[in-house]
Amino acid sequence: MQPMTLRRDPAPSRMSYRMQRLWLTPAFRIFLRHGLPLLVVMGFFGIYLSSPVRRADVVAGYQSIRHAVEHRPEFMVSMMSIHGASTPLADAIRSMLDISFPISSFDLDLKAMRAKIEALDVVASANLQVVAGGVLQVTITQRSAAFVWRTRDGLELIDATGHRVASITSREATPNLPLIAGLGADKAAAEAQAIFAAAGPLAPRIRGLVRVGDRRWNVVLDRDQEILLPEQDPVAALERVIAVDQAQALFAHDITVVDMRLPNRLTLRLSDAAFAARQHALGLDMAAKKAGAQKP
Amino acid sequence: MTELYQSQRAMRNMRRAAMQRGVIAILDIGTFKIACLVLRFDGPSQLTDRDAVGPMAGQSSFRVIGAATTRSRGVRFGEIHTMPETERAVRTAVQAAQKMANVRVDHVIACFSGARPRSYGLVGEHHLQERMVTEQDVARVLAACDMPDIGRDREVLHAHPVNFALDHRSGLGDPRGQAGNKLSCDMHMLTVDALVVQSLLHCINRCDLEVAGLASSAYVSGIASLVEDEQELGAACIDLGGGATGLSIFIKKHMIYADSVRLGGDHITSDISKGLQIPLAVAERIKTRHGGVHATGMDDREMIDIGGDSGDWDKDRRQVSRAELIGIMRPRVEEILEEAHARLEAAGFDHLPSQQIVLTGGGSQLLGLDGLAAKILGQRVRLGRPLRIQGLPQAATGPAFSSAVGLCLFAAHPQDEWWDFEMPADRYPARSFKRAVKWFKDNW
Repeated sequence: MQPMTLRRDPAPSRMSYRMQRLWLTPAFRIFLRHGLPLLVVMGFFGIYLSSPVRRADVVAGYQSIRHAVEHRPEFMVSMMSIHGASTPLADAIRSMLDISFPISSFDLDLKAMRAKIEALDVVASANLQVVAGGVLQVTITQRSAAFVWRTRDGLELIDATGHRVASITSREATPNLPLIAGLGADKAAAEAQAIFAAAGPLAPRIRGLVRVGDRRWNVVLDRDQEILLPEQDPVAALERVIAVDQAQALFAHDITVVDMRLPNRLTLRLSDAAFAARQHALGLDMAAKKAGAQKP
Repeated sequence: MTELYQSQRAMRNMRRAAMQRGVIAILDIGTFKIACLVLRFDGPSQLTDRDAVGPMAGQSSFRVIGAATTRSRGVRFGEIHTMPETERAVRTAVQAAQKMANVRVDHVIACFSGARPRSYGLVGEHHLQERMVTEQDVARVLAACDMPDIGRDREVLHAHPVNFALDHRSGLGDPRGQAGNKLSCDMHMLTVDALVVQSLLHCINRCDLEVAGLASSAYVSGIASLVEDEQELGAACIDLGGGATGLSIFIKKHMIYADSVRLGGDHITSDISKGLQIPLAVAERIKTRHGGVHATGMDDREMIDIGGDSGDWDKDRRQVSRAELIGIMRPRVEEILEEAHARLEAAGFDHLPSQQIVLTGGGSQLLGLDGLAAKILGQRVRLGRPLRIQGLPQAATGPAFSSAVGLCLFAAHPQDEWWDFEMPADRYPARSFKRAVKWFKDNW
């Protein structure tokens, strides 16, 4: 029936009892689950990295892997092709960037290169991209000169927004560009463009525009005639002058200045000879006066 | 007296801390088995209408989340006699219950059946200074109870204020706020052997547990197995344990008497073992499978193999009839019941309005016991099973677990004891800061 051997004691030993109670302690479990692995990992790295030699090894290993990847043939750039630039500009860009091919595309700082190219006055915008086959493609949009700006220092080409394009030595190089002059003329280039566009029948006669006091334009015509445009709405004023000219052949008369500075009043200045002739005709000149005075 | 008050108060505080944490273990250290239940508290309950001075110990609803039972070792007559053995058994039970609950418990409430409990009824009187009964007055009247000579090495285990009387109105549950001149109270005090309790506390402390309360198993099994009207009208609970039989008498939902008979199921087993010349383990098995107290003609023909492995064919093939077995068991059962009856008689149980007796405990599962008990104890005997509590495994719902279940109820809804009330201001140790504060409060 009953075996007479000593039965195994089912009671837990004091140690295992305490261990079980420890295991059932929430703080201990949390520590074991999160704290201990963290400590072990941190301890391992801490001990491993405490030696400077091993630290340097790690850095060197990382660098060599990075170098190997970056210098794979897939990432190498072997040439640069420039589109949309004139030959001298392309040469200038090449010498400015000064890249020694072949080079890894990771070493190319396209943003900086683009900023550098766009710093050139003649370049409106640049687009750089590394295309298949290891080619660095630079697409340039050049600024087109819209005006010749005569300053005290010389002649400069500016585009329609007033940005400088290049300096020139004489007007012969660009005979068909309109001329503007005066301080601040470049900043008002857009206005100048509008005035030139509105010139219409007067266009062949316009020699250029002069910016006066950095606030308004004078239209200089040949035969020493001038139109003084107002600050506000110069195009409308010019159109009125043209209308008057077409109706009454204004500029065929011997006048030097058409003054539109007061927009609702067109003022003319006659040449000296015409003025004298008019005075004479009206009997208001000095000789007539004298004669009149002498005559009783 | 003050020392006991402090230590019981410390236990109450411990219990409150355990409730705060939400987990507490209860430990029924019996002679035959040690049961450990882990309770989880779910916050304060709605059960506040107790018939006492009002709940002061804090109450809560609970759920059993871990339960374990193990064979008790090193316990005799409900007292520890081999501490390392008992400690191992307690560890086994606690570990298994913790494993089932999957929480760690630090606080236990324990009960035990031995330690020679002795009941005292105390009476205290106090003349009220103001005409209204305050909490201080309740404390004073409790402190005014004349302390009997409980003997050396005895300690107070329970001290329930059972009844308050104001002038000539008796039977007050809660005298606070009522007007009167003289407040008197009846207190039931249960004392036990201090050394037995001390060794029990030491044993629990050796298991890294803190004691959050102690109870007499007679008291807690009464709580668990007497139904509410029995507790109200008066009834006795007889807890037939392994090594000791606990008696408790309840009336008006208060225990008024408790005692224990140092006889139990283990004595029946040892009688069988001696009478049939078989090992104790076999005797226990035969007792539980074939035991009974009424022999019939059928039992003469029912033969039980009692076996053995001595190697002697004749000895190992022995058989015994069930009538013989009953013949061995019955005198002992009768002795136990008669002893219990004598104790109840001595306590004046026959003067109680209701003579209900409830048998519970593992020994009450003996077949035919209710018939025998009715002959000895009177006609109103029934077998009691403990209350059903939430989460208790099916295996732990039998009458053997009535003290464990009662201990759960005791843990969750303790009745007010003397130490739940404030100490009267003049009983504080001299030069106490509290006393000064009290003086200020009373006089300003």
